[in-house]
Amino acid sequence: MLLTGCAFALHLSAQETFPVNGVADKRDKCFAFTHATIVKESQTTLQDATLIIRKGKIVAVGANAAIPKDAVVIDCKGKYIYPSFIDIYTDYGLTAPQRDPRGFDFRAPAQLTSNQKGSYGWNQAIHTDIDASALFTTDDAKAKSLREVGFGTVLSHQKDGIARGTGVVVTLANEKENLVILKEKASAHYSLSKGASTQSYPSSMMGTIALLRQTYLDAQWYKSNPATEGVNLSLKYWNEEQNLPQIFDANDKWNCLRADRIGDEFGVQYILKAGGNEYQRMKEMKETKATFILPLNFPQAMDVEDPNDARFVSLADMKHWEMAPAEPAMFEKENIQFCLTASDLRDVKQFGTNLRKAIEYGLTENKALDALTKTPATLLGVYDKVGSLEEGKLANFVITSGPIFNEKTIIYQNWVQGDNYNVKNENWSAIAGVYNLSVTGKNGTKTYTLDVKSESSANILSTDTIPAKFSYDGKLIKLSFGESKRSRSSLRLSGVNSDSLWQGNGLDTSGAMIQWSAVYTKATEVKADSARRKMPIRLGKVTFPFDGYGWEELPKQETMIIKNATVWTNEKDGRMENTDVLVKNGKIAAIGKNLSEAGAKTIDGTGKYLTPGIIDEHSHIAAASINEGAQSVTAEVRIADNLNPDDINIYRQLSGGVTSSHILHGSANTIGGQTQLIKLRWGADDEELKFKGADPFIKFALGENVKRTTSQNNNRFPDTRMGVEQILNDAFARATDYQNALKANPKATRRDLELDALVEIMNSKRFITCHSYVQSEITSTMRIAEKYGFRVNTFTHILEGYKVADKMKAHGANVSTFSDWWAYKMEVQDAIPYNAALMAKMGLNVCINSDDAEMARRLNQEAAKSVKYGGMSEDDAFKMVTLNPAKALHVENKVGSIKVGKDADLVLWSDNPLSIYAKAEKTIVDGTLYYDIDHDTQMRKQITAERNRLINKIISEKKAGAPMGAARPSFQTILSCGDHDHHDGLITIDFQDGDNNGK
Amino acid sequence: MKKTFAILACALSVSAFAQETVYPAKEYKGKLYITDGTVHVGNGQVLTNTTIEIENGKIVKLGQNLPIPMDDVKVFSAKGKHVYPGLILPDTDLGLKEIGSGVRGSNDYAELGDLNPSVRSISAYNTDSKITGTLRANGILLASVTPQGGSISGSSSVVQLDAWNYEDAAYKLDNAIHISLPSFISRPSRFAAFLGQRGEQPDATKQALDKVEEIKSFFRQAKAYLAESTHKETNLKLEAVKGLFNGTQKLFVHGDQIKQMLIAVDFVKEFGFNVVIVGGSESWQIADLLKQNNIAVILNEQHALPSTEDDDVDQPFKTPAVLQKAGVLFAINDSHDESRYRNLPFNAGTAATYGLTKEEALSAITLNSAKILGVSDKTGSLEVGKDANIVISDGDILDMKSSLISKAFIQGRDVSLDNKQKELYEKYKYKYGL
Repeated sequence: MLLTGCAFALHLSAQETFPVNGVADKRDKCFAFTHATIVKESQTTLQDATLIIRKGKIVAVGANAAIPKDAVVIDCKGKYIYPSFIDIYTDYGLTAPQRDPRGFDFRAPAQLTSNQKGSYGWNQAIHTDIDASALFTTDDAKAKSLREVGFGTVLSHQKDGIARGTGVVVTLANEKENLVILKEKASAHYSLSKGASTQSYPSSMMGTIALLRQTYLDAQWYKSNPATEGVNLSLKYWNEEQNLPQIFDANDKWNCLRADRIGDEFGVQYILKAGGNEYQRMKEMKETKATFILPLNFPQAMDVEDPNDARFVSLADMKHWEMAPAEPAMFEKENIQFCLTASDLRDVKQFGTNLRKAIEYGLTENKALDALTKTPATLLGVYDKVGSLEEGKLANFVITSGPIFNEKTIIYQNWVQGDNYNVKNENWSAIAGVYNLSVTGKNGTKTYTLDVKSESSANILSTDTIPAKFSYDGKLIKLSFGESKRSRSSLRLSGVNSDSLWQGNGLDTSGAMIQWSAVYTKATEVKADSARRKMPIRLGKVTFPFDGYGWEELPKQETMIIKNATVWTNEKDGRMENTDVLVKNGKIAAIGKNLSEAGAKTIDGTGKYLTPGIIDEHSHIAAASINEGAQSVTAEVRIADNLNPDDINIYRQLSGGVTSSHILHGSANTIGGQTQLIKLRWGADDEELKFKGADPFIKFALGENVKRTTSQNNNRFPDTRMGVEQILNDAFARATDYQNALKANPKATRRDLELDALVEIMNSKRFITCHSYVQSEITSTMRIAEKYGFRVNTFTHILEGYKVADKMKAHGANVSTFSDWWAYKMEVQDAIPYNAALMAKMGLNVCINSDDAEMARRLNQEAAKSVKYGGMSEDDAFKMVTLNPAKALHVENKVGSIKVGKDADLVLWSDNPLSIYAKAEKTIVDGTLYYDIDHDTQMRKQITAERNRLINKIISEKKAGAPMGAARPSFQTILSCGDHDHHDGLITIDFQDGDNNGK
Repeated sequence: MKKTFAILACALSVSAFAQETVYPAKEYKGKLYITDGTVHVGNGQVLTNTTIEIENGKIVKLGQNLPIPMDDVKVFSAKGKHVYPGLILPDTDLGLKEIGSGVRGSNDYAELGDLNPSVRSISAYNTDSKITGTLRANGILLASVTPQGGSISGSSSVVQLDAWNYEDAAYKLDNAIHISLPSFISRPSRFAAFLGQRGEQPDATKQALDKVEEIKSFFRQAKAYLAESTHKETNLKLEAVKGLFNGTQKLFVHGDQIKQMLIAVDFVKEFGFNVVIVGGSESWQIADLLKQNNIAVILNEQHALPSTEDDDVDQPFKTPAVLQKAGVLFAINDSHDESRYRNLPFNAGTAATYGLTKEEALSAITLNSAKILGVSDKTGSLEVGKDANIVISDGDILDMKSSLISKAFIQGRDVSLDNKQKELYEKYKYKYGL
């Protein structure tokens, strides 16, 4: 039974055009694999069947396949044959580009243009020119590691850049490249990471998305061969690649949605490469209608025994450790099509273990096999070649000792294109059993009973069991043992296995030469798969969002009556004592005394204060990125493209009575990005966070941040306030010309997302909130706006606003300021806490904003400071964080006051809401109770209990010997304007793309 | 002759139109009465309708219906008002950092080098900082000015906030030596975070322990050096920490993490230093242990986010109540770089909302701070024998909507509450005819 094929040689298949050095050696390579259990594909298994291959292809498969005379017959009795796996997400055979370890550094000089030489496009992260088939080289060391876990075919692409060019389908044969490529251009690839590109733009998630969107538009436009563009190969290839399967490396649940929306906009259905946390939002994943590529790199447990280390590991991270292996099962349950990939594993040897884990967590074996064979083959259009065992397909298969997903199953051989690559061939013939061992020396022949347990373990059975040293490598045998348990000297034997007869020579205990042979007599009991701790898998629940404070079930809109509260209406009724407010269908339905409503939930407001929810005009929470600072004008980027509903600060701010937040682009550049007004619907997804029907806004910024004051080597125009004015002037001059061109010749005019936004501003369809401090810049910006016929809707921060309050009033701007900040940089030296009061006295609509995740939850107190500084009335002060921002944001018809018909965005306070002693006890958004101080107390207990459960689970796994990584603090990234320092705790990364503090 | 002064909020002399004309108050040795106020002593007591008698800059008597001589005395009525000890900012870069970002020339708060025990904050303290006036106006009358940078940053000094120059300002010189302990938490690099990578990080614990050993080694060598009275070669660094060994100085250890605070205990055990933690955001977890080791805490910032996403959302707000309950001596600080420390009373107010009584919260910014800084013999409470560092507020000083400071005295001197910001306010009211 020694038919191990032609292992380890480079299989020199002849190519017609290549000269032969020596004697031609063409072979048909016909093999017949008989008596095997053949799994043709997940639905069809043949027992005692035969597989016949010739010239690298399957010529027959079936129970009664006739065996050709020239076939080498391989008896596969007791063995299984499966189609080998396909990995759709590798960079096999390609050199990964050297990655620049740095992202965008605000203080470094900007690289404004691409440094790629040649007739390519403007952005270095668009690599549509990359053709993996041209770069591919066979790499047998890597191929071997993939073959060993069962792969035979892969799709390979260069994992670098936002557009990554095309991928190539290759087999894992150790052959000349010409012969292993199955499909040259099989796929086109995209991602949200600019990879090794050193160009500054894009420096953010928003910018990346904008770049992709603009490139779709540019490529469309390029089809008309615009003379002004000349030859742009990047766009040319982009267009050529559109017909291929489009694979997007999203790598995260929210990124999956972001990518899918880009696809929806341009009529593309991406195949989404997942990151492993998509199970946290299955409903949304299903709605993408995408096919997914799921990774199997489940997080490793962290050593949380030391409580001081465990403290910084979040519940979310521990839960993710627990639940991630269930992701494939959840996708199967939701009936979402998916492939599996080994590509993210640090060590590909983990593939089998993790795959079995996924099966243990509920993935069916049939689905697992499909996800590794038929599904990827079909997606790539190569199911006619690989992915199942059928006549005409490539001879790509594995021979195993049993069902392929069983723990103890061994892959003996992995055949690729008709050639065998041994994996664990030494195990091909089970050698375990009892052997009759004869040793012949000068004193005659002595027999022993040899009990072989495995390839590395055997005993001599006599009156007692004598342990032997034994090894078998598939051919050669080494054996040594003593005559008795205690004997110090041993017989040492060496030999070979010749078709089930073992024989060889050796030395006896005295050192004399001997000969030996051994013959199999009977089997020993074969061990089945260990019934290892088959405890039922118990998992925690997915919460929305996937945070400690997330909901197991989202709260619902309720009909409720808040009884007998002091109601601050912000309307002409002012404060109403002992008043009831009825909430119904998410709206304020009635305000009055002794209200009643059937089925309404009653909330006792006695001794408490009910106010409209707080609206933060200037916030940077709940986003994946905030600043696209790589250019001075980035009107094309949109905060809406990268909302992050998992941000715990949403919940923290609800606890401070905030119900709406205006999420602004940062202040790294003069014309920043489009903003997004959200409601703090904790638990909702990114789309549902949005404040529906609100006017679109955009962020502008002036002064120190945009001229990059703290950079020692700024090379991005502008460097002075003089330049800032010219940036604005130029942008709107370009926008005016663009608008005219669009009118005159809409078809020939290139759609420009940046200018589109500016045109909207000029037509009062988009509104500006402008970060600004000193009087000169405020005035010059108003004059630019007036020159182009529009108004600056809001000046935000505006710490010198009091100096030009009259001018801003005349211009028609709203203002939004800090209460008492100053002296943290030169341009705020003249800031005064009387600013808000002075501007209000001048008739401006004044808001107090946070720009700070911490301070946002105390905005009521910030408003109260104007009572202290400038003697504002309490009612007017409170309006600065409620009704006034609603006006500034054009949503005062929906929110900002307690009025019948408005949204039920309400806060019940324990005390006068302007007092430092007031706590928000209940925060209601759209008639839904999103924060309740009593429920919060309960959740704190739950968090403690759930953390404790998981820590104990991890510790018990540690005791059982599971591998552990060091406890890694769950760092939170706090995004900010780039304007100032923050006080965010020990494990936050204060990430300011436009950092000017050197923190 | 008895002069009675009406107390007007935001009173301004007409001529005052640049901060350069905000003068430090003249010395006043005579008698001064603050009459009939609600006196918050600072030690937890509240005295109603109480008059404070001051002479030679010190409090000499408190009581109801004190006789006021028809003499050359000053009398301020505090009827219906609240009288507090001058608030104390216990750890600050006031006078060292004028404009933190982008104006390097205005900054003197962090020196080069790792071990700088001989560096003294007082030598760079700028009494003409524009910030100072805004603090007086909110009732903050004393501050401990602290150098930063390196592992041993130098010595702080306590100053009073109405002075011509730093020698006038000095209230207690070199009261403490400040050290900063290294972080025991591995941080992903800034750019790794951006790239979504979490590469191999160096072992922060090992690095931190090595650094701690270096700091301790310095103190061991200082101890040995100081045991010998004469030296052929003078070492200013080693000499600078003499006060720690003879008990005239405290060791202020800056750190928030549990492991940093546990290491701080070492400095008590090994060297017998009088140790104070500055920062201490995680101190609520080891309050009893801090109490047992007699370690005081200066909490840097109440208005901060919780350290972890799983923490109680109000954890920083209620940390003072945990320390109070455990009997730890603690003070509340305001280190907020953008509002520039003027919200000290509101940091205490927040602590009062989350578990402290109002008087306990007041102690945390007055008497407790004075004790920790080593100046409680002179200030921190309104008690006989102490300096007349007094603030009068129209309402509750801890609540911004009523915290209207109408008068402040430092060592009995009636100090100006005017500042650059009020002047700009007046200037623009004038412009707009308001």
